[in-house]
Amino acid sequence: MIDHAIITGIGDMGAKVQIKGIREGLLVTLGEGSWDELHPVLLEHLDQQAGFLQGARLALDVGNLVLKAADLGQLTKEISERGLTLWAVMSESPATERSTQSFGLATRISKPGKERSAAYADHAAQDEEIAILVRRTLRSGSSLQHPGHVVVIGDINPGAEIVAGGDVVVWGRLRGMVHAGAQGNEQAVVCALDLSPTQLRIAGAIALTPKRRGKPQPEMARLKNSQVVAEAWDPKRERL
Amino acid sequence: MSGKVITVTSGKGGVGKTTATANLGAALADFGQKVVCLDGDIGLRNLDVVMGLENRIVYDLVDVVEGRCRLRQAMIRDKRLPELYLIPAAQTRDKSAISPSDMVRLCDELRPECDWILIDSPAGIERGFRNAIAPADIVVVITNPEVSAVRDADRIIGLVEAEEKGPARLVINRIKPEMVRRGDMLAVDDILELLAVQLVGMVPDDESVLTSTNRGTPVVLDGKSKAGLAFRNVARRLKGEEVPFMNLEDGGGFFNRLTRMIRSGGS
Repeated sequence: MIDHAIITGIGDMGAKVQIKGIREGLLVTLGEGSWDELHPVLLEHLDQQAGFLQGARLALDVGNLVLKAADLGQLTKEISERGLTLWAVMSESPATERSTQSFGLATRISKPGKERSAAYADHAAQDEEIAILVRRTLRSGSSLQHPGHVVVIGDINPGAEIVAGGDVVVWGRLRGMVHAGAQGNEQAVVCALDLSPTQLRIAGAIALTPKRRGKPQPEMARLKNSQVVAEAWDPKRERL
Repeated sequence: MSGKVITVTSGKGGVGKTTATANLGAALADFGQKVVCLDGDIGLRNLDVVMGLENRIVYDLVDVVEGRCRLRQAMIRDKRLPELYLIPAAQTRDKSAISPSDMVRLCDELRPECDWILIDSPAGIERGFRNAIAPADIVVVITNPEVSAVRDADRIIGLVEAEEKGPARLVINRIKPEMVRRGDMLAVDDILELLAVQLVGMVPDDESVLTSTNRGTPVVLDGKSKAGLAFRNVARRLKGEEVPFMNLEDGGGFFNRLTRMIRSGGS
């Protein structure tokens, strides 16, 4: 799934709730404050980013906050009602750890070490260079947004969308909506084994796919004089 | 006994979820299995009507969840098949009356008592759908051979995968063989290419489904109906049997076959 994409909270809410992609799913870190204060902010955050979080597995880091079993029970329910799964709650308080265990949740994840976190922060500055690899089919309704490049091994079905700051490469059928160079990068390209998106955007240009005749073939779309042009991959010609 | 929970869902409305639930329930019960059908469409219940049990409702799902009655009291026994039961939905409430965890608890209580629990999911992807798939062991997605229904099925399959309910199984309902033959209908292969899930049934469009639905007698009990036979086959596949798909193209009588032969010979 989405690996190492970093999503940070925006504005005021960000200080209280931070959501970050980790290998095991998403890590939600709570900031300073009481549970009564943080709880509604957390839920609001989850609702706001519902599209992005969809079906995610959450690990919650509550820091030194003490969570009562009842709070935890309610939270588990609220999270599952949003279609998410809470699988771990990390806490510095032994009482909270005990109640976490009583709910059958993990109290520890293999956290990325300090060094790696620092490396992420460096990368975050130049996000556009980071590529993510998604190894599944994106079905209708799923949306993948990433500031860098996106590589998908699988299909992009109609109704799914990819918005990437850089290039988009699909080893499969591309039938959904794809936007490469979303932040204005006109050099961005879109490649697919079967390039038949419902709509294709590169930077500010929008194109529709003409009706295909014959067998699908690998193609690459790019901007030429502000026009989206798709060309079949030709082993004899040199490119890029 | 440890019953398996099958949730029948589709995303789009009107593709035949309720009809499929009633018919799969009746078919499984007819094979001698003990089946409980559960209507998850709180506020817009239909399963009771399709099963012809509407006038026997005393307690419903919400009554059970809220503790106004025991589970057994809400189970209505079918008049034709003694091993078939229905737990109806409440009509005067809405989906928020119960939660996914209520459904899980309810099904866990039912499991020891029956072989199959069939849940009829409401259309949509909101609370009602979440409630319906929460306890599911198997999710059966119903679709029609039309673009909008297939699109919604794709969305639903994605949500089912995200819930870690295993790969969904697909039933394509209301196939019009005549239109498929002419190439005017979305072909089964195209649907499967997009959805990439296991097909467990192809049900032809059949007027006898409508008449039997209106009468409240599941079409699987009608030995002559092609749709009824297709639903029986789905039930057998869910039981784990290997059943070849019936040839929808075939039939239509000797005369039609003859004309087709002449036509294909001429072109």
